[in-house]
Amino acid sequence: MLLSLLAVLLLAPAHAAEIPQAEKKSGYDFMTPETKAMQDELTSNPGMLTVLDGEALWNRKTGAANRACADCHQDASNSMKGVAARYPAFDAARGRPVNLDQRINACRTERQQATPLPPESKDLLALSAYVATQSRGMPIAPPDDPRLKPFREAGEKIYELRQGQLNLSCGQCHDQNWGKKLAGATIPQAHPNGYPLYRLEWQAMGSLQRRLRNCLIGMRAEHYEFGAPEYIDLELYLMSRARGLPIETPAVRP
Amino acid sequence: MARALINVPKTAKRGQVIEIKTLISHEMETGFRPDRVGKLIPRDIINTFVCSYNGIEVFRADLHPAIAANPFLTFTTVATESGVLDFKWTDDDGKIFAEKANIVVE
Repeated sequence: MLLSLLAVLLLAPAHAAEIPQAEKKSGYDFMTPETKAMQDELTSNPGMLTVLDGEALWNRKTGAANRACADCHQDASNSMKGVAARYPAFDAARGRPVNLDQRINACRTERQQATPLPPESKDLLALSAYVATQSRGMPIAPPDDPRLKPFREAGEKIYELRQGQLNLSCGQCHDQNWGKKLAGATIPQAHPNGYPLYRLEWQAMGSLQRRLRNCLIGMRAEHYEFGAPEYIDLELYLMSRARGLPIETPAVRP
Repeated sequence: MARALINVPKTAKRGQVIEIKTLISHEMETGFRPDRVGKLIPRDIINTFVCSYNGIEVFRADLHPAIAANPFLTFTTVATESGVLDFKWTDDDGKIFAEKANIVVE
């Protein structure tokens, strides 16, 4: 009796309704006009420097196979168009979803016979930024692959899980309190539609996982290792939550 | 590998004021940050930027450690004649990054 009452009390506020489609806003909509201008104009967007690096890497032969990405995939503006809008995708060989970075590294090890690029390394960010940029402006469209369902649900569980010393869930800020202030910053809706992005606070490009790690540290929770399955599940859920928003890579965020 | 993005109008009318935007990738290490063992990371910033228009200097800037990574500079000049704009960034290591852009003045 007491236990069940306790369970009700603990569970009651945990699950908030998802943001309705009409109210979905990209992090872009919360930015100052100056930061928006920086992102919009491609000659002032510092993320473009990384995209250009990515383009060079795309065309460079590497690994024991001495093959470039372009040797198989040819023109990225064609072959990679829309890819970022539907990742993470299910990888049959691993039996679980992989994100863009993991797919790039799988291509490197299997097709190019090169060493995988370390997480958050300049080259990996450059390649994934270059690939993701090809989907700029396209709406996020997660695939209806039934194999992804359990992983997406696992991601949602992490999203709703109260964790850390502050005992917060992602949803408490990003579903229930978006648009309000957390110290000086406006709380956005946590849509992953511009990654990898240039964050002014970092003065560098970073991946979604770096951002998630940031949030977890802010909640004083234990963060996962880069590439951990929890991050992929969470990304999967966040992408389905952001369905319809345009890809902005390389985005600029404060 | 330093990369620069330059935005110069391709054409302009004689006497027109044109806006030039430049962005270059650089760490801009301030010299005040300690590394993992507490030793200061040596300063490495772009300290000078010069733009010349057909060999004549039209803009110069001295940069200091408080300037963020990947400095973005915008300035204006008057379009006098068709030719080449030369951009030159110099950092603390003495490395020089150079770029060019063409402009047609009618």
